[in-house]
Amino acid sequence: MVQLRYFASLRESLGIGDEQIELPDGIHDLPGLTRWLQGRDETWASTLADSRLHVAINQEIVKPDASITDGDEVAWFPPVTGG
Amino acid sequence: MIRVQTEDFDPGIELERLRSRNKGQAGAMVSFTGLVRDLNAGDTVTQMTLEHYPGMTEKALEKIEQEACQRWELTATLIIHRVGPLDPNDNIVFVATASRHRKQAFLACEFMIDTLKTNAPFWKKETLPGGERWVEPGASG
Repeated sequence: MVQLRYFASLRESLGIGDEQIELPDGIHDLPGLTRWLQGRDETWASTLADSRLHVAINQEIVKPDASITDGDEVAWFPPVTGG
Repeated sequence: MIRVQTEDFDPGIELERLRSRNKGQAGAMVSFTGLVRDLNAGDTVTQMTLEHYPGMTEKALEKIEQEACQRWELTATLIIHRVGPLDPNDNIVFVATASRHRKQAFLACEFMIDTLKTNAPFWKKETLPGGERWVEPGASG
């Protein structure tokens, strides 16, 4: 299982804040998982296509080509605006 | 030391606590307090809601403190960030540093708030008279 999390405007666009899924067969990196999620429908396809999104794996910001393994927590979010 | 909380904080009390942690080693303390403005991008803001990523937020803030302590000679540091609904003029964030010398305290304090703004997973949503909107990065000095 992998834990997927979506924050702020992304959470609102997708209508979901977190979910657990079985890592789909053949998916072992971030580009693959993002493409798989984008295959869900038009909303997922367009929302996750935003090039400004950041991704954290196990709560650390990662590069776009990061690998993913079973048990990971993967989070997508827009640029941060705290402070 | 870092804290993420919904409750308000008192900058004066926090500075006194920071002072007491120094045990005489520090010659200077510098602090920054961030407030909710009632105007952003020309629009009246009636409320602000802070969302964050529990768990990652604390790690990110601790990393900012560690980096500041590596770059400057600090005797104590503190970051407090509020989350949840806030009103105009409320405190949002407090960053404080103590050091033997003021220059180090100033530089480290500026570094910590600047880094927090770009690296810590917080998101601001504004309530305006006509509805809500997410704050764009770089738009809320």
